Amino acid sequence: MHSITLVVNGVVREATVPARTLLSDCLRHHLGLTGTHVGCEHGVCGCCTVLLDGEPVRSCLTLAVTADGHEITTVEGLAGPDGEMSPVQRGFNECHGLQCGFCTPGFLCTATALLRDNPDPTDEEIVEGVAGNLCRCTGYQNILKAVRRAGELIREEA
Amino acid sequence: MTTKLFGEPVQRREDPRLLTGQGRYLDDLGQTALAAAFVRSPHAHARIKDIDVSGALAVEGLVAIYTWEDLPGRAGQPLPLLIPHPALTHGRTAYPLAKDIVRHVGEPVVMVVARDRYLAEDACALITVEYEFLKPVVGVEEALRSGTLVHEDVPGNVGAHLVQEVPSADGRGAAEAIEAAPHTLSFRLDIERSASMPLEGRGVYARWDADDRSLRVYTSTQSSTSVRMAVAATLGIPLPKVEVIAPDVGGGFGVKIMHPWPEEILVPWAAITLGREVKWAEDRREHFIASAHERAQVQHVNVGFDDQGRILGLDVTILHDHGAYTPYGIIVPIITSTQLLGPYRVGAYRVEFSSIYTNTVIVTPYRGAGRPQGVFCMERTMDRIARHLGLDRADVRAANFIQPDQFPYDQGLIFQDGRPLIYDSGDYPETLRMLKELIGWDSFPERRAEAARQGRRLGIGLGCYVEGTGVGPYEGGHVQVTSDGRVHVSTGLTSQGQGHETVFAQIAATELGVPLERVSVVTGDTRRFGYAVGTFASRAAVMSGNAIALACRKVKEKALRIAADALEADPRDLSITDGVIHVTGDSRAAIPLATVAVLSNPLRYAFDEESRRATQFAGATPPDRPPVAEGDEPGLEGRDYYSPIRATFASGMHAAIVETDPDTAEVKILRYAVVHDCGKMINPLIVEGQIHGGVAQGVGGALYERMVYDEHGQLLNASFMDFLMPYATEVPHIETAHLETPSPLNPLGIKGAGEAGVIPVSAVIASAIEDAEGFPIDRMPLSPSELFDLRADHGA
Repeated sequence: MHSITLVVNGVVREATVPARTLLSDCLRHHLGLTGTHVGCEHGVCGCCTVLLDGEPVRSCLTLAVTADGHEITTVEGLAGPDGEMSPVQRGFNECHGLQCGFCTPGFLCTATALLRDNPDPTDEEIVEGVAGNLCRCTGYQNILKAVRRAGELIREEA
Repeated sequence: MTTKLFGEPVQRREDPRLLTGQGRYLDDLGQTALAAAFVRSPHAHARIKDIDVSGALAVEGLVAIYTWEDLPGRAGQPLPLLIPHPALTHGRTAYPLAKDIVRHVGEPVVMVVARDRYLAEDACALITVEYEFLKPVVGVEEALRSGTLVHEDVPGNVGAHLVQEVPSADGRGAAEAIEAAPHTLSFRLDIERSASMPLEGRGVYARWDADDRSLRVYTSTQSSTSVRMAVAATLGIPLPKVEVIAPDVGGGFGVKIMHPWPEEILVPWAAITLGREVKWAEDRREHFIASAHERAQVQHVNVGFDDQGRILGLDVTILHDHGAYTPYGIIVPIITSTQLLGPYRVGAYRVEFSSIYTNTVIVTPYRGAGRPQGVFCMERTMDRIARHLGLDRADVRAANFIQPDQFPYDQGLIFQDGRPLIYDSGDYPETLRMLKELIGWDSFPERRAEAARQGRRLGIGLGCYVEGTGVGPYEGGHVQVTSDGRVHVSTGLTSQGQGHETVFAQIAATELGVPLERVSVVTGDTRRFGYAVGTFASRAAVMSGNAIALACRKVKEKALRIAADALEADPRDLSITDGVIHVTGDSRAAIPLATVAVLSNPLRYAFDEESRRATQFAGATPPDRPPVAEGDEPGLEGRDYYSPIRATFASGMHAAIVETDPDTAEVKILRYAVVHDCGKMINPLIVEGQIHGGVAQGVGGALYERMVYDEHGQLLNASFMDFLMPYATEVPHIETAHLETPSPLNPLGIKGAGEAGVIPVSAVIASAIEDAEGFPIDRMPLSPSELFDLRADHGA
């Protein structure tokens, strides 16, 4: 067993986990943050995407022990301290960018990093930016619209 | 002011929860539950000789290991055959855990329960099952040809055989009509396996309350009420002691309407047996090899037609691969064979299908449920006729359309609900006109020529479909207005992302004249509503939507009656706006719905200030009649059911422009256009979303997705790395237009929209590729390598 310390959504969290524990399982089952979903457990679908020191990673392909000492942002940490949804979350809400919602946390984390680095992406950059995440419900039309809208909100509020 | 919310693009009420990580999907529940895992057959066909669990006993955290021999009574019997049919003469279902013989890779053999999933899987890896290999049967033609049987007592591997025949108006059968036709064509079509593949797999979590002797089961299902009945019956628990809840469900697309899955029996049984909470969440590999697939068919077509391309006789023979068992009956090939006719009237029609056992995963409905195959068949036929006659493909379709003045139109067949296939309404010529305009059908030749000058190869294609939606037998709705003025709506069917919490609230808010924020909706929870069928066949909006509307009307009638008493007015002069009942034209004479809810329930005991009004000395009811009148009930609530005479028929037409790479044979969709008619739309935002998602799955089915079985029955691509689903880069921009021909069959005039998007896509893409390449496309999906080979075959 290994004792690890993670900063999750700005809060210091400690966990004792076997070495083989996936970061996704650690977040979900040890820390109770079930917003991060697991769709394939082999790094293809992107549902489990979280931000590790700000960068999107597949938490199902990351061992929890390797995240020791690092900062992690999950979907639960995207909203403001007052609970107001982030521009990316609001973009998805306005544009009907989700249906069953299972892949959504991965898209939100991916888009959050994408728009932080490039708040005014072209349509091609948006497609490319979310092309590592699978959605089985929306046909991506409204996800692309939502990311575009989120960019607008970020620029308006900057 | 309350606005009319029905028909408005209202933002979804589910979203804030799901966007902030507050959704509750199956594996988010029961964090302290024991975990189940399964040893599954690695062989497609084998006899179990021995199961040795001794190696697993030392695993730390192991709680229990179960095999078939441990299952008591009905739990050890074959699972139910959900939809019996007289033509399914040899229906067979699996045992929850394999008994003696395994018939597909992935069939569960041993169940392990341990402290967590990691440990449960450790134990699974240490269990040794000794098998005697049997020869597997893979592919429908092999199943018919080879002497090997999937089930020893099913001769020829044929589970069902069904023929439906509709003679022409002059009484000729299809064979005779084809024989006499000026032109005839015969050809074969091949359709591969695909699967629903929701991003959340299946999952079950069960809690047994030993004190109360009651069971609560959470399952990621499309039918919680029916799982409840199956669990109660199989485990011998009184129905009132079983609750089944579908929590947030991460997509279904059909695979979760199949039930009870082995795990839906085994997990509750283990929870009862162990007196502990038990949970199983399917992993992706399990989903590939232990959940259902769909689509695979071989079709043989004979068609006779006249000089205008009008079909005089059509004879289709379908070989349908239903996998190793038939728990869901023969619904899929029935739908293929009936919905094949689409928006067309054909002279004489004969369709015959054989539903065939193979040593592969079971086949149960996946979005479209047999329709994509039927539409593929009919639309490939239309294109071949046009090509044969040198006519425009749209004109050939138009020549065969049922006309707007011919509704209701009886196709003369029996549909999947056991009722006549009678179309209720539609306007196919107008749909085609809109589609041709949207895609630019008539100006395409110039575009193609322009592209050709640049060395590019373009093609255009189209496809039409009719979809029977909202099949019975029924759904119900319950609506309760509580004394705080809130409106609580429940219906028994479940949700998997369709936005039911929003659209049902829109219906209730519109019917009752209350603000949307005051309405809450619960679906798929048997504690709230016990009678339901399920969410499939694009039926939720039609069935539960209408049931909820009818329940609201009951509530409204009662509210107006009580308000009329209180206001000393005539109920006919009252209306409800923004949750307040008022005399039309007199703003002073008004009473809030909340107060009416208080008055509707005569009280002895006040529980707050407001409720004093309803107590016995407050004079709420005249002393000369009972507080609750005869035939009346306390409370402001209503329950009603919607049970239609038959399905309602949505329709649509799609068109695409594709570009095929002359060197690599890669297919790129340049434009995709949809004209869609689902009657009156409750929420256009949600309807569009449903279409988008369907089209994306259709693109997957047309170009990418297939389950690749080898001759040993091994699924070679059981992961997302090898089973290719479209990402954002593979789905084109989808252009949509809507036509609304209301259904005359239901009070809201609506038709289903859930499956529509997927239905014609393979046909449309094949049509466009065929146009680009100049030779017939006879299979779906079509990979670049296959197109490359086809070019070689055709010397192109």
